[in-house]
Amino acid sequence: MSVPMTLLGLVDAVPRHGYEVKKVYDAHFGGERPLKVGQLYSTLGRLERDALIAPAGVGQDGGPERTVYAATVAGRGRVESWLATAEPDAPYLQSVVFAKVLLALMSGRAADRVLEVQRAAHLVLMRRWTVRRREAASTEAMLGADFVLFHLDADLRWLDATAARLGRLAMELGQ
Amino acid sequence: MDLTEVTGCGVGDVLLAGESLAVSFGPTPALVDASMTVSPGEVVALLGPSGSGKSTLLHCLAGILRPDGGAVMYRGRRLDQAGDAARSRIRRDDFGFVFQFGQLVPELTAGENVALPLRLSGVPAGEARVRAGEWLERVDVAELAGRRPGELSGGQQQRVAVARALVGGPRVVFADEPTGALDSFNGELVMDLLTSTARQLGAAVVLVTHDNRVAAYSDREVVVRDGRTAQAVPA
Repeated sequence: MSVPMTLLGLVDAVPRHGYEVKKVYDAHFGGERPLKVGQLYSTLGRLERDALIAPAGVGQDGGPERTVYAATVAGRGRVESWLATAEPDAPYLQSVVFAKVLLALMSGRAADRVLEVQRAAHLVLMRRWTVRRREAASTEAMLGADFVLFHLDADLRWLDATAARLGRLAMELGQ
Repeated sequence: MDLTEVTGCGVGDVLLAGESLAVSFGPTPALVDASMTVSPGEVVALLGPSGSGKSTLLHCLAGILRPDGGAVMYRGRRLDQAGDAARSRIRRDDFGFVFQFGQLVPELTAGENVALPLRLSGVPAGEARVRAGEWLERVDVAELAGRRPGELSGGQQQRVAVARALVGGPRVVFADEPTGALDSFNGELVMDLLTSTARQLGAAVVLVTHDNRVAAYSDREVVVRDGRTAQAVPA
């Protein structure tokens, strides 16, 4: 899970102050690990230093005044590029892709496109491993290829399941 | 192999194409706007959820179903506008078929099933028997030539179906969920056989599947959703 990109995506979807960013992050992406306040503000600081976000007024919410951050043009471009790029196959792929889907929905972007991009990349990998399996010189090598193929297939089935539920997900997010 | 001789097209040309195809079954649209191409020798997977229109698209491309709208072009000519006799001849001489349940003739032996397309094309019985035998050898079920489909396992039936689809040297093989009734091990064997032997012959394959591992045997995929072909995403 890329915390900087997720925070950038949240601020891009809706300008927010830090407290609200943490609330939304913990609700959708934190799971059993809420975002530490220190990490939140150090990450926001780096995003601001890199000119990806900038202060955009103050908010109150009944408490003290807090700086509201919004994505800059460069920040918005970085989010677009991130959503349009497939993630490499990795053990925690699902959490990153899921974050992208949620952020796309929150910001009114085409979440199905995120899934299609990832799907296409996975199928390319599956084709390569299918050839490697066919050309395997030993049963051991074939089983190694099978292991990769079954995992890729599991990822693809999850992508299909997510695509089938996008409408419901959008509704639950209030989009 | 010189694909120009096999296909009558230049290598990389379009062999078969569906353009803006529309099909309805009564009031229910099955295809709304489906377009795709198949080049000589390539393996294309039609992917999509159940009810998306994949099989309907395959049936249009194979000349089994006439679309209500759009066009099917085969070797530069309108297949959808050809008469029944012409379409039957093309299906018999140029196309091969593998279905989910084999669709072998139950009263014929495995050998006779494989020889059947050749006999229907006018090949003499002796020659058809020899060629069928060679193909059964190729798909590794030569010893089952004398058995009827009911005496074969699902995997064995599908191997016979693959042999029957390829024995006539088709330009295009249409496979509709060819591994749908098989366990994953036998499914892999059948897909290996189908795609590798089709490629050796230079035959194109149009494959309907909802199984990603089956789709991975293809050169590329066309996604079908709600009766439409989705724009391919470059990977």
